[in-house]
Formats: sequence, structure tokens, C-alpha cells
Amino acid sequence: MRFNEAWLREWVNPAIDTDTLVQQLTMAGLEVDAVEPAAPAFTGVVVGQVESCEPHPDADKLRVCQVSNGADTTQVVCGAANVRPGLKIPFAQVGAVLPGDFKIKQAKLRGVESSGMLCGASELGLEDLIDGLMELPDDAPVGTDFRKYLQLDDAVIEVDLTPNRADCLSLRGIAREVGVMNQSPLINAAIDKVAPAIDDTLTVNLANSQGCPRYLGRVIKGVNVNADSPLWMIERLRRAGLRTIDPIVDVTNYVLLELGQPLHAFDLAKLNGGITVRNANAEEKLLTLDDQELTLRDDTLVIADDSQALALAGVMGGKPSSVTSDTQDIFLECAFFAPLAIAGKARSYGLHTDSSHRFERGVDPQLQNEAIERATALILEIAGGQPGPVSEAVDEAQLPGQAEITLRADRIEGLLGMGLPAEQVEDILSRLGMEVSTQESGKEWMVLAPSWRFDMAIEADLIEELARIYGYEKLPSRVPAGSPSGEPVAEQTVNQRRLGDALIDRGYLEAITYTFVEPGLLKQVEPRVEPLPLLNPISTDLGVMRTTLLAGLFSTARHNLNRQADRLRLFETGLRFVPTGSSEGEESLEQTPMIAGLLYGSAQPQNWEGKRPVDFFDLKGDVEALLTLSDADAFSFAPGEHPALHPGQTAALKRDGEVVGYLGRIHPRLAADLDLPAQLYAFELALAPLLDGVLPHFAGVSDQPRMRRDLAFVVEDSVPAGELVAAVRDACDERLTGVRIFDIYQGDSIGENRKSLALGLTFQDRSRTLKDQEVNDLVDAVVSQLKQQFNAALRD
Amino acid sequence: MENLNALVDAALADVEQAGDIRALDDVRVKYLGKKGEISALMKGLGKLSAEERPQAGAVINEGKQKVQDAIATRKHAMEEAALAEQLASETVDVTLPGRGELPGNLHPVTRMRRRIEDFFLRLGFDISEGPEVEDDFHNFEALNIPSHHPARAMHDTFYFGDGRLLRTHTSPVQVRVMEQGKPPFRIIAPGRVYRCDSDLTHTPMFHQVEGLLVDKGVTFADLRGTVAEFLKLVFEVEDLPVRFRPSYFPFTEPSAEVDVGCVSCGGEGCRVCSHTGWLEVMGCGMVHPSVLEHGGVDANEYSGFAFGMGVERLTMLRYGVNDLRLFFENDTRFLSQFG
Repeated sequence: MRFNEAWLREWVNPAIDTDTLVQQLTMAGLEVDAVEPAAPAFTGVVVGQVESCEPHPDADKLRVCQVSNGADTTQVVCGAANVRPGLKIPFAQVGAVLPGDFKIKQAKLRGVESSGMLCGASELGLEDLIDGLMELPDDAPVGTDFRKYLQLDDAVIEVDLTPNRADCLSLRGIAREVGVMNQSPLINAAIDKVAPAIDDTLTVNLANSQGCPRYLGRVIKGVNVNADSPLWMIERLRRAGLRTIDPIVDVTNYVLLELGQPLHAFDLAKLNGGITVRNANAEEKLLTLDDQELTLRDDTLVIADDSQALALAGVMGGKPSSVTSDTQDIFLECAFFAPLAIAGKARSYGLHTDSSHRFERGVDPQLQNEAIERATALILEIAGGQPGPVSEAVDEAQLPGQAEITLRADRIEGLLGMGLPAEQVEDILSRLGMEVSTQESGKEWMVLAPSWRFDMAIEADLIEELARIYGYEKLPSRVPAGSPSGEPVAEQTVNQRRLGDALIDRGYLEAITYTFVEPGLLKQVEPRVEPLPLLNPISTDLGVMRTTLLAGLFSTARHNLNRQADRLRLFETGLRFVPTGSSEGEESLEQTPMIAGLLYGSAQPQNWEGKRPVDFFDLKGDVEALLTLSDADAFSFAPGEHPALHPGQTAALKRDGEVVGYLGRIHPRLAADLDLPAQLYAFELALAPLLDGVLPHFAGVSDQPRMRRDLAFVVEDSVPAGELVAAVRDACDERLTGVRIFDIYQGDSIGENRKSLALGLTFQDRSRTLKDQEVNDLVDAVVSQLKQQFNAALRD
Repeated sequence: MENLNALVDAALADVEQAGDIRALDDVRVKYLGKKGEISALMKGLGKLSAEERPQAGAVINEGKQKVQDAIATRKHAMEEAALAEQLASETVDVTLPGRGELPGNLHPVTRMRRRIEDFFLRLGFDISEGPEVEDDFHNFEALNIPSHHPARAMHDTFYFGDGRLLRTHTSPVQVRVMEQGKPPFRIIAPGRVYRCDSDLTHTPMFHQVEGLLVDKGVTFADLRGTVAEFLKLVFEVEDLPVRFRPSYFPFTEPSAEVDVGCVSCGGEGCRVCSHTGWLEVMGCGMVHPSVLEHGGVDANEYSGFAFGMGVERLTMLRYGVNDLRLFFENDTRFLSQFG
């Protein structure tokens, strides 16, 4: 809502300056977004009058004019087409400074002296309504400072209103608030009824009185739609951000701004029969004022005559019935449309108007009679005409009533943390236009909200009003006593932060990528799952919900590699969204927290030694670091398959046998498709299994000597080392305290497709020194187990 | 005894001549060893009379000591030289960089999010999370935003076309927490939220932290105190001006927007605060009774406050980030500046 301060001060005029006013509005919940001057700075411009015009001796388009400033007459050379004797214009005298620091000096134009400049509106920072000089009304007092004449030393204030304060979508609404805050009375110009001069009326039928409980109409005949709107009105409209159109539209806009009531005028000659407010017929067409051919739905309220829909009720009029420069007679509409009948309708047709904005939020249901009289009077004043009587169709039962709310003193204190004296409660509410009656002295009141405060519904609404007017800043403040949090966290639960921190300590940067991704990319990375598409994505490349975090990490890698990054360590945590089919009509969706990472480049930051590129085992080392924070023994790795990953370099991570994630090298085909390097490694793990850690339990420290045996086994290439180690453990008991793989060898000496794995086995007993024979027996057991399971041979 | 003097002189000369520790040891053996030449003199003492013996012995010992000292001195010098040589050969260029991985860092939004969480954890709040693909009931209806409410238009919601949507705020977690438990509640709900809006100052995904405290006797004063204390601590400005402005959210009543004195200019007015001296940092209010009811909480017995803040906004103010879009480009040249 934009309005100019001078207009506001015609309604209420407390002794405060603009800054204070603006501060007050903001602190009352009417947040001021901007304060701008009504016109840019300029000086030395007065209302002037052209006394005579002679042709310039040496220039066809220039005129030599004698211009009066009320005291003196000076000669000014002017090139505007509309300059003529008698015309009153803004006259920038010698010494004037116009916007843009344009100084007016004594000059010669084609050899003729010129003292000053006659101005067009845009030369003064105003809007050009016509080409050429700004034409001032005949009653403009010659010699008056132009800024004073147009009240240009005025502030334009823009307030950003919350949706509940529709009552402030008008100058009167804002004035009421300013009055309440300053205990300053409204200067309420009474709105008189306009006596009908003719008898013409149209019948009005409310076919949907729930959507339109009140409809007022009035015929005005013989209006001059080509009359000029007065400058003061044009200026107020301009300052509110509206352009002048014609006197009828200007008046309806003016009343909308002044009182908050949208009105609409039809060309009477274009109406066929009476007015019906009804729902549109399905597929009914309407050409709107902004030249859109709408196909209406039957949930849409329209104003219709006997043959067709004329206007989208409360939103926009139709083109065929609109007022044009040929219009003689008009039918003026002033209605109350129920917010629910209008809400969302404009948007659903791609429209948003000042009218729909107000009706959606709510208009005072008692305002229509005043507004139609105000508009009539203004139309008659500007465009003349013969008014008919106001015809009103109303369904009182459907009109919103005024809220009656019980207010209890103890609830005030309970919500605000302080009580308010009864007198103050009653005073504040009365100033807000509420009728307050005491139910129990000092303890309970019955409050009747005024018709324009339809946002009042419950006790808390009233308490908020009390707080607002009393001043939020004056309310008490305290920090509530701390209390132990509700949910105790089991000690073995791993803090999720710890996982991110571990990766960070291993050189990773955290990324946060969009959870919606490009459908094509996702199909390449995870073709097995059909992702959940957004109905209204911001753009097609953010069209579906990710089913894997890898998609975002791959995009991020590409972004950075395109910007000369030569080494990447990135991780992200967040949800992935996997549709899991539908049951009983409900689509089910797993929203699973994941942690994912990506590695590329040298294994260590480049330094003065040689560099080694990362490989699978760097990646695995990082994953193992995460497992170590959790219950490492519960996890195992096995060769795995993932469409985005290299089939020979992918591991599935399992917890208690269940796959909980994958890690591996990017599939070379995907790397090529995504224009990514093939030496890129990534993991993605479900978070929840990682968060289930172990409670430490001390197992004692043994001082008994450890015995180590190193054995090298030759097996088929395909035998996974992990399984070999597991078999070693299986073959022994708790006396085996450690198994390490300390060498892997492949070569001619052991034959093709074979490898030698050197294992270091450590044996120890808790309570005694192991005998050589015992260790030998254990080793024999291992050898025979591996022989049996993997056909493993001890290497000589 | 001339013989002794000659021997000592010869020994001292040999000590001087010895080129390394081994040669020096040969000298020791030659003169002082069991069969050494000076040791042999000691053996000759037996031939002397008992009267002569002590004096002669002393003289020999003196000579022997002289040689021993010389050997020790020489040996020490040699060891020192050897050590010095070893040290010199082992010298490294300490100005070369160290080896190994240096830590990365959190995303700045996570860094701020943890800062926010830590404050409220100290006040005894729990951290709760909720789904990001939400239903209409939890995101809107239960929060007092029926389908035709004008506030919906302000939310620019992403829909899936089947009643589900991407949550537009973290407030639905309030409702879920209340549905699932019994008061009192003290939670914060950090997380990703979504609005169908993308320009210089909007990204379609961003982060909020929601807070909810429901208990008996909770008032607007508790809300003001908690929020003001939080903002002072988060910006580390002891006398930070904090201002509560009446505002409107369908799910709180009374509602407020919270402004802080501009942390960039100290309230003088600058580009960051649009020359107002104030920065809007969060919305809050007392939980609307019907929201309590939707969560199964008796509004006559309990009251509560709720607040919600944009994490990116606080992050930008705190760390001087001047372009929101940088947060989700994940350019490592940006990300790595928040270690």
C-alpha cells in the first residue's frame, strides 16, 4: 500500500514529523518498506501564465512567448506544440535548478533572448500525461511556488501489510491506526448521500449470495468521460503508483485507495437487462479488460447481465462492457464479495488486481453504502451526470457478523507476562473501535470488534492488539529457566556431527546441493529408481527429487573441475527420496538421511615429493574411518554392484548382512557421459546404521607375550582377501588376537591368475604364555581351513 | 725415568696423530693396555726398593694420567666432530611444507546451524527433524493456513500433485513433535525448506531453524528474553539492539518480527541494512491456540512460543557473504573459506 503523507494528514494530523510517523507505523506492525519524496528536488519553479505567443523570426518550431509570474512579464522562447496564450504552466525562472541539477540561465535561442523555461511534467520528475507542456488548471494561482501548488514537498510512504491487516489497505485504515497510536481524532469528512436526479435502476439478483452477500448498483446518465480528472486527484493517484485513465476509472481507483472499497463501472448501453451475480457456467468465455480471453470454471463468481458474463467478480471487468471514450451512461457497482469466493481465483486465472488483493483479504462488509455515495459525488463533480437511486441487493444472513469475544484479564497476563490495568485495556480497545462491556469488573470483558476488524476472532487476537498498541518494546523480557532436555540420548549413539567432522579432518569440504536435480542426470546415475517429479519445478534442470546424493556431488565435481580444481574431497549429508510404490492410494516414499562423499586427484595435497592419485583404498580408508566411529565390527565390505560405479571397483557396505551403502570408482561410461574424469571415487551410505555405535567395555590388558607367525598363501586371483581373513579367524579361537595382510604378490613364480597373500597372525593368551606347540596347532588349523576353503597353498 | 718421559711424549704425539677413534684406541692399547709400554713400566716397579717404589709409582701414574687425559680429550673432540658431521648431514629445510592432509571444513550454513543448535542445546532444547516431502496438513492446515489463506500465496510452494509438497518452512515439525509427544516441549528443528522462487535474493532451497517451547506459564516475555539472548550470543555483541515488531503469522498470536541493530554498520545505516540501521532476522510469536489443539495440546493448560529463522541470512550477516547463490554453487574456492 502506497500513499502520500499529505493526504494522510487530511485524515489525521498528529504533531509528529515524517520520521516519527514512519517509525510508529513500523512498530505498529505496518512495516514501512520505503519513504520517497513525491517529486525530486527542484527550485525556482512557479505557476506561470502565457500572455502572448509570437512566431520566432528564425525558427519554425519555436515561439517567443511573454510569460507572467504574477508580478513581472518575461520573454521565454518555447518549442512545445501546445504553448498558447492564456495557458498556465510550470515556469522555471532564471536561477531555477531542475532535477538532474539542470540550472536555468539567461539564454539566447536563435538570436532571441529567453529568460527561463516552460516545463513539461517529466522535466519536473512528474509523469507526462500529454506531449508538451504540463497544462495547469485555469484556477491555478499565477506566481505560486509550483512545489507548494502541487504539495510536492510530500513523502510517499509504502507499507508492506501482512495479510491480516486488510483494513489498512486504504488511507482511512492507515489513518485510523495513526489516530489510535497518537490518541489523535480522525478528521472524518462526512460522506453525504447523493440525491437521485433520475429514476433509472437495474435489477440486481444475487444468485450466489454466499459469494456476494451485498451488491449495490447505481445508474449515472450523461457523464462526460472525456473530462479531465483534477490535478490533485491525478497527483494522489500518481503518488500511490496509479496512472490516470479517465475520470470514471480515476474515481473508482481513488475511492479504492481512500476507503478500501473496490468499485467497477459498466457502460450502461452495453448491458442487456438486469445484473445477476452468479457462478460462471463451465467453459463460459470472458474477454477481460487486459484483453485476455478467459475460459471460466464453474467455481468462479461472475457479474452477468441477461445474456452473458460481464466481469470476473471482485477481480477484473470485461472488455465488452467497459467504459470507453464513447460512453454516455454508466452503471456503477459497489459490492461485498466473500473472501472465500475470491481467494485464489485471480491467481488461478493468472491475474492479480488491486481489487482481488482486497477482496481476498477482506473488505469491510459495512462499507459499500458510504463508498458508492463517495464515488458518485466525485464522478458528478468531475464528469457531471444524472444519478439514479442506489439499488441494493443484500442477504444479511450471509454477511459476516462482527466478532464478539470474551477477554479475560488473567489470559492477558498469561500470554504477555504482565497484566494491564483495566482502564488501559478498555481505553486501547475502545480507541481501536471496539465496543467493550465489562462482564466482571477488572477481570472479564465482552468485546465487539468493529466491522472493519474482521481479523479479530479469538481472545489472543485482542491480546495481540493490546500488546501492539501498548508497545511490544515495553513488554517484559526474561530468559526462561533451563531444564534438562526431554529425550536422553544413549551414550552409544554416535553424534552425527562426529561423522562430518571426521571427514573434514581427512580433508573433505562439506557441500550442500539442491535436493531436486536434473532428471536426465539422475537417470544416468541411478536408472533403477523412478524419482518423484515436482509438479512445478523452478526449471526443468531441477525437476525431480534426488534418489541418490551422488547426482549432486557429480554435478559439483564438474562445476569445480571446469574451474581448474585439480583435487576434490567433498561430502554432503541430507535426505534422498526413494518412491516405494503405492498402497491404498497413498504413494509411499522413503526419505532417508544419507552421507555421501567424493574423491578426486592426488591422494595427498600436492607437495614436493611425488604424487600418487587417489584409488579405491583411499576411499575405503575414509569410509573405514567413519565405521570406526560407529560399531566397526558390525560392518563388512563385499564386492558390490551400483549402476554409477565401476563393476570391478565397487564395494557394498553391509551392516549385519544388510547393504547400507556403496563405495567405488565412477563407472567409466558414466564418467564419459558426464564429462568427468574416470579417476573419481565416491561413496554413499545410509546415516542411521552409522549412528548406532557401541558402549566401550574394558576387556583387560594382557601382559602375556604375543607370538607372531607370518604365513604366505597362494590362492586364485578371485579369492577376496576379506574372506580369507575371515576364514583365518574362523579357524582359530580367541587366542588369535590379530590378522594383518602385510604383502600381496603376483608374478610368474606363483603362476598365472594366482596371488600370494602374506598374513601376519598374532597369538596371545590372557593368562599364560602360549607354548610353541599350541601356536603351531593353531597355524595348522588355519592352513588346513584355507586349503579346504580356497585351495590355498602355503608359499615356500 | 727418562724413558717414561720419552714414552709419554711419544704417546702424546701418537694421540695427536690418531686420525679416528679406532687409531686412538690403538694408541691406548699401545701405551696403556695390559701389554702397553707405560703399563710395562709399572710392572718394572717390582724391581725397585720399597722406599723408591711409591715415588716412582706416582711418577709413572702421573705420566699415565697425562696420556689418559689426552686420549679422553682427543676422543671427546672426535665424537663432537662426528656428531656435528652427522647433524649437518641430517639437516632438512624446515621451511618446506609438512606432509599429509589438512582439515577441510563445514559448509558455512552448517557452521551457523551448529552455532544456533549449540545455543539452544545449552538451554535444554532437543533437536528434532521432520520430513522434507510433507503433506498439506502439517505444512499448512495444522498451522492455521487453510487452502485459501492469502499466506499460501506468499509461500510459493513446490507441489507433487497428489497432496504432497516440499515443506515451505520448518514449522510443520512443531506439529509433528506435539502430535508424537506430551508437553512440555522444548525443541528446535533445523533443516532444508523450499520455495518456488529464484532470483538474486532467493534460492529455491534454503535452511531454517524452528524453535518451539510449550509449557505451563510460558509468556511473550520468555520469547523476548530467549530470542534477544540468542541474538546477542550469535553475533557476539553484548549490547546488540533487538527490536520486536508486531507482525502476522497464521500460527502465532501475538506475532512479531525481530530486528537487530545492523551488525555491519552498527545502526548508522549502510547498504546491508538498506540504510535503516535494522536487520530483520526472524519471525516469532506465541503459539496460536488452534495450532496447540491440532497438536493435541490443551490450550487452556499450556502456552508456548515458537520462532523461525533463516540460516542463510544469519550466515551472510555473520561471515560477510554477499551473494546468497554462492551457498549452493559449492565452488570449493568459496567453501574452503570457512575453516
